[in-house]
Amino acid sequence: MEAVLAGINVMVSEDGYLTDFSQWNKEVGTEIAKNEGIKMTDRHWEVIAWIQEQVKAEKPLSIRGIKKSGVLDIKEFYKLFPGGPLKVSTKIAGVHKPKSCI
Amino acid sequence: MKQLLILGAGTAGTMMANHMRPKLDKKEWQITIVDQYKTHYYQPGFLFLPFDIYTEDQVKKAGKKFIPKGVSYVQKKIEQIFPKENKVKLEDQTINYDILIIATGSKIAPEEVEGMKGANWHKNVFDFYTYEGSLALRNKLRTFKGGKMVVHFTEMPIKCPVAPLEFVFLADSYFNKKGMRDKVDLTFVTPLGGAFTKPKATASLSYLLKEKNIKVVTDFAIEHVDNDKNQIVDYADRAVDYDLLVTVPTNMGDKLIERSGMGDDLNFVPTHHNTLQSLDIENVFVIGDATNVPASKAGSVAHFQAETLTDNLLLYIDGKPLKEEFDGHANCFIETGNNKALLIDFNYTQEPVKGNFPFSGIGPLKLLTESILNHWGKLAFRWIYWHMLLKGIAIPFVSRNMSLKGKNI
Ligand SMILES: Cc1cc2nc3c(=O)[nH]c(=O)nc-3n(C[C@H](O)[C@H](O)[C@H](O)COP(=O)(O)OP(=O)(O)OC[C@H]3O[C@@H](n4cnc5c(N)ncnc54)[C@H](O)[C@@H]3O)c2cc1C
Repeated sequence: MEAVLAGINVMVSEDGYLTDFSQWNKEVGTEIAKNEGIKMTDRHWEVIAWIQEQVKAEKPLSIRGIKKSGVLDIKEFYKLFPGGPLKVSTKIAGVHKPKSCI
Repeated sequence: MKQLLILGAGTAGTMMANHMRPKLDKKEWQITIVDQYKTHYYQPGFLFLPFDIYTEDQVKKAGKKFIPKGVSYVQKKIEQIFPKENKVKLEDQTINYDILIIATGSKIAPEEVEGMKGANWHKNVFDFYTYEGSLALRNKLRTFKGGKMVVHFTEMPIKCPVAPLEFVFLADSYFNKKGMRDKVDLTFVTPLGGAFTKPKATASLSYLLKEKNIKVVTDFAIEHVDNDKNQIVDYADRAVDYDLLVTVPTNMGDKLIERSGMGDDLNFVPTHHNTLQSLDIENVFVIGDATNVPASKAGSVAHFQAETLTDNLLLYIDGKPLKEEFDGHANCFIETGNNKALLIDFNYTQEPVKGNFPFSGIGPLKLLTESILNHWGKLAFRWIYWHMLLKGIAIPFVSRNMSLKGKNI
């Protein structure tokens, strides 16, 4: 369905994830973060950029993978994106949420 | 003589041997298939074995029975692939190939989580993704007196992603039948945002957990298993207590892929989503659970892939462009307990929806809706697997590409 984020018309899934990454930009990301109660810092953006790279390279995203990545440790990941860090960070990054088949 | 070498004689490798033998001239092409084990397991049966619905004999057969005449079947451990040299090293032998098919599947890696494969492994911490785990769990359940049972999976991707949920539904039925459901506290623990993650499925199926009184813990990224306290603990320091833990560990491709330098972090091989050719090497093709394609890791998926891959191998041999045909099609029955099941039919882009299958308006199977007929379908799948799928016989009325007919979109 359509939504307006940061004044831009974008397509999102019913739970608010962008369905077309090409519609993503930093302003859109900032607005999604705001809705999740997160104020973005440089560190947040570094993590978001890394997630986008992983997804582009079709690499699996998981908490364990993040631990192995050396980009950040899990405690910091939870601090930056409280609640479900993968669920929240992927939403801000404009990529698919981690999901199952149903 | 040219050599088509297939690594792995599980679901996908066996199907490819059966598809390719009649299509390649015996005078020109030798086909060799390698697997470390002589037993072929019907893995979907590992879901039923713990509940005494299937017996041991129903989930395993000699692999040799399913390899066609004219294919040489080698029972050895595969050590390493040398893709630049077109050769594969087995434990005590090297085979050169012209075309390689990687079908080495995926398996559990409990050692990825601290304490999981610890002192209580197969005592009160079980997997059901291996024959040994599933059987040990059956024996445990036969004498289980009740308490907190936690069903958990570690991270995606896992093969047959709905199996943990099916397990918890079947556990509910099993304890009901035994007249001890009130003695068992059932909890489903998932790393994802919900037991269901797709909008249509969430809307139509969330009632199942409520109806069966199954608690759900979401967003649980397991950090370790505490074998003293009988708890699983996540990175946010949340703990869930259990008396009996049934877990699906991280799933990974075989270490062989890592040794060969051909995989991603989880040892899955980067593969073209639609042609099934490896992304790095022209004469290497990948099928089934061993790929990194974003389709479900399921036997039905391997079946649809096999049809496309067969055509593509023949095109490749003729020097023609490959078909970008495979669409991620999956078709899976999902047990919901009490002799009912759901059916889902979906692909890379189409999420599971309600409707009729395979005939629009007629069915007889219903999509994303519980029915007794779907449960018979799931049980019939075992027969279809041994007698049709492995032999590479097409399933009547179900095409390799997903059809939109009958789907309520
Ligand atoms: C509990 C459970 C329930 C399931 N339910 C369903 C279901 O309902 N429907 C469905 O469609 N699918 C289901 N599946 C998934 C299905 O079983 C798999 O997707 C399918 O078997 C994948 O086939 P494959 O050939 O890729 O891998 P496998 O069948 O696992 O075969 C891989 C083979 O490679 C061999 N191998 C690997 N490494 C080496 C090595 N180094 N040397 C020698 N040999 C090696 C292995 O021994 C194995 O025989 C289920 C799976 C599980 C575990």
